[in-house]
Amino acid sequence: MGTEGTRSFAIKYGFILLLVGLSVYFSLSASGFFSARSAVFVFQSVAITGILALGVTCTLVVDGFDLSIGSVATSALMLSAYSMVILEQPAYVAVLLCLAMGAFVGLINGLLIVKMKVPDLLATLGMMFLLIGLQRIPTQGNSIATGMSLPDGTNAEGTFSAAFLWLGRHRFDFFLERLIPVPVVIFILVALAIWIFLEFTRHGRLMYAIGSNQRAAELVGANVQRYKILAYMISGVTASIGGILLAARLGRGDIASGNNLLLDSVAAALIGFAVLGAARPNAFGTAIGALFVGILLQGMTMMNAPYYTQDFVKGAVLVCALVFTFYLSSKSATARKA
Amino acid sequence: MTSAVLTVEGVRKSFGRNAVLKNVALSLDAGTVTVLMGANGAGKSTLVKAICGIHGLDGGEMRLSGAPYAPATAADALSQGVVAVHQNIDDGVIPDLDVATNLMLDQLTKPGAKTFVRDRVLRAQAGEIARSMGLKMDVKTRVSDLNVADRQLIAIARAMARAPKVLILDEPTSSLSATEADRLFGFIDRLRAQGVAILYISHRMSDIRRIADRIISMRDGQVSGTFEGAPLDYEGAVTAMLGHKMTDVNITPKTGGAAVLEIENLSLRPGWPTFNITAHKGEVIAITGLLGSGKSQLADIIFGLRKPAAGTMKINGAPYDPANANGAIAAGVYMSPKDRGNNAVVPAFNITDNMSLPFLRAFSTLSFIRQTQQRRATTDMIDRIGVVCQSQDDGIGTLSGGNQQKVMIGRWLLKPSQVLLLDEPFQGVDIGARRDIGRHIRETAGERATLVFVAEIDEAIEIADRIIVLNEGNLVGEHENSNLDLAALVAQITGEKAA
Repeated sequence: MGTEGTRSFAIKYGFILLLVGLSVYFSLSASGFFSARSAVFVFQSVAITGILALGVTCTLVVDGFDLSIGSVATSALMLSAYSMVILEQPAYVAVLLCLAMGAFVGLINGLLIVKMKVPDLLATLGMMFLLIGLQRIPTQGNSIATGMSLPDGTNAEGTFSAAFLWLGRHRFDFFLERLIPVPVVIFILVALAIWIFLEFTRHGRLMYAIGSNQRAAELVGANVQRYKILAYMISGVTASIGGILLAARLGRGDIASGNNLLLDSVAAALIGFAVLGAARPNAFGTAIGALFVGILLQGMTMMNAPYYTQDFVKGAVLVCALVFTFYLSSKSATARKA
Repeated sequence: MTSAVLTVEGVRKSFGRNAVLKNVALSLDAGTVTVLMGANGAGKSTLVKAICGIHGLDGGEMRLSGAPYAPATAADALSQGVVAVHQNIDDGVIPDLDVATNLMLDQLTKPGAKTFVRDRVLRAQAGEIARSMGLKMDVKTRVSDLNVADRQLIAIARAMARAPKVLILDEPTSSLSATEADRLFGFIDRLRAQGVAILYISHRMSDIRRIADRIISMRDGQVSGTFEGAPLDYEGAVTAMLGHKMTDVNITPKTGGAAVLEIENLSLRPGWPTFNITAHKGEVIAITGLLGSGKSQLADIIFGLRKPAAGTMKINGAPYDPANANGAIAAGVYMSPKDRGNNAVVPAFNITDNMSLPFLRAFSTLSFIRQTQQRRATTDMIDRIGVVCQSQDDGIGTLSGGNQQKVMIGRWLLKPSQVLLLDEPFQGVDIGARRDIGRHIRETAGERATLVFVAEIDEAIEIADRIIVLNEGNLVGEHENSNLDLAALVAQITGEKAA
């Protein structure tokens, strides 16, 4: 019973304790880590991947997977730049276009998976390729910036509107002047919305039921196909939100940015399995998972660890979290049965 | 001139507290087809797996040709000449490879097999095997292009290449048409003539009549009857398998009120006979029949999961033609499906969420689940149906089979229904839970029509006002559940004309 108790405690609180321990360690050993500005910096660094991760969490809940989120985000980045710089549209048109594009891609993903019966990984992998290629076609593979030359010989005269840039660059006053950036606020709002949706509504509950036993969910009358499509649409929309924020921060349609978005956000969602011993995808865990990676990288940066060690550290954290989730909880499951 | 090839003595096997095999003894003779019959959960497949070395034994011993036989693994059993062809035929063949490779697979896995495969030699050898087995297809054909019967024959032919002593066939005809089955029987006849001891597991009476030299019936983890010598006592075998100890449950059959569900001229599959069933308010009808009799198809049709080949249904006089489960539920037709592990239990959820799953909408306001309401309803149902648990927040996986089943049945009792369908509600349920469930279903039956689909006669007698017998897709008998003529009932189930 003693070891059993320790184990269930470790499964439940191990990851949170690790997070707290890590923060304390960095606070003591890196001067300036323990400050409001540094905390906000952590949040800011994970806001965009966090938003994407929350979307992929919804697809994981229905036992699916969305590999196309990274490319949806970069497509949104290029689309917003294209609509403002080349089509000279106002900010709200750019935002609406991106959100609609995200929802549409999600719809196509969902239809490929539930109607055409393409396995989820393959369908979204195909979509990822397709989008990576598609976003380059309108600009002949070039990045988009004001003043770039167009195929017809003229120069692009549109600009990123101030309202659009506000999304990426404005900071709200909060005790300190100009403290909290807009993306962080949006990250927190999206996290709250997805958390409430998954945990407290019957739609969320049915989505978990589909992920756990699809056949049983079907036989109690749940519209499994519609819920699966919904999950991919949520994922597409959140990914496009991430892309909009990225565009607003960069202020140009940079073809090469956002390469790491997919891996980072999937990692955050998977690390989320381990938080509070949930052993299943959950919005709270995903948000904590994203923060965990952010704190770790911020602390290491402040302790002068070289940048090229970052991916290695993220990978190591992910592997540990997966062991936490699958090995320890499978052990406690067998212990319960015996 | 029969001699025992395989003998099984006092074999016991338990999974946890669940004793599946209790002291099983049987023997298989050379050149004899022994049919093994048993209802779901009787322990047939566990016995087969024990013989094939997939499960170890808890007690007892087996002898093969007189020598002690205790296979450690499936491969070990194979090498000693015990070969099984399992029910799911695609486990036995590799669809993407050609017939020759499939027939010669064992040669490829043998230690010391050559690294490079010489197709010509392989095909020549395979062709020889195919010829000796009477297979006529081209060995270069891909297995995925063949029909089910041919795949099955290939799996068996490969097994035969090892010159086995014992061949076990687990429901080999379950996916075959009549002509395909005929080919298989011809094949089995040939093997019998070669002196192989064959254990044939099936429920289809027509197969059994065609092929059986002896019948062994299993019930409740024990051999409940051995039948040999012509003519075989088929009814005796079925009775031994299903059991009909008079139970201590006493039912005064109710003759129902108004007709709730009317099924008219329904045919389950194209070309199958049509029949009518009317279910009345307050009535519990047991629909019984062997595997393949069409019970489950009928349940699926009423719940909107399949379309009937012909016929119409009415609920309270209004036409009823559900497009899917959702449509059925909307019309007040609920079904607790068979095989709860695959079809009903959501393993990630606790009792409350599992039980209230179909009616989440009723427990929500603006899509937000009202936990207090939801929990009040499930706590109440847990008490009424007698689920043994610590609290309604227990994970469903922590419950015993019987208690899980109570949760699955209780799920559909949370809200009133017009028609309640229960497909094998007593599957994998101990006798205590079975009584609880049966009592509760009868107590609450007043305001709806209840249809219970069961294979075991005992269960039908324990719960029903009226018993309807299906055989090969036809309605062959209807009995008021008082002063039952058991012999006639069993005869109808097996398809004999009542004597």
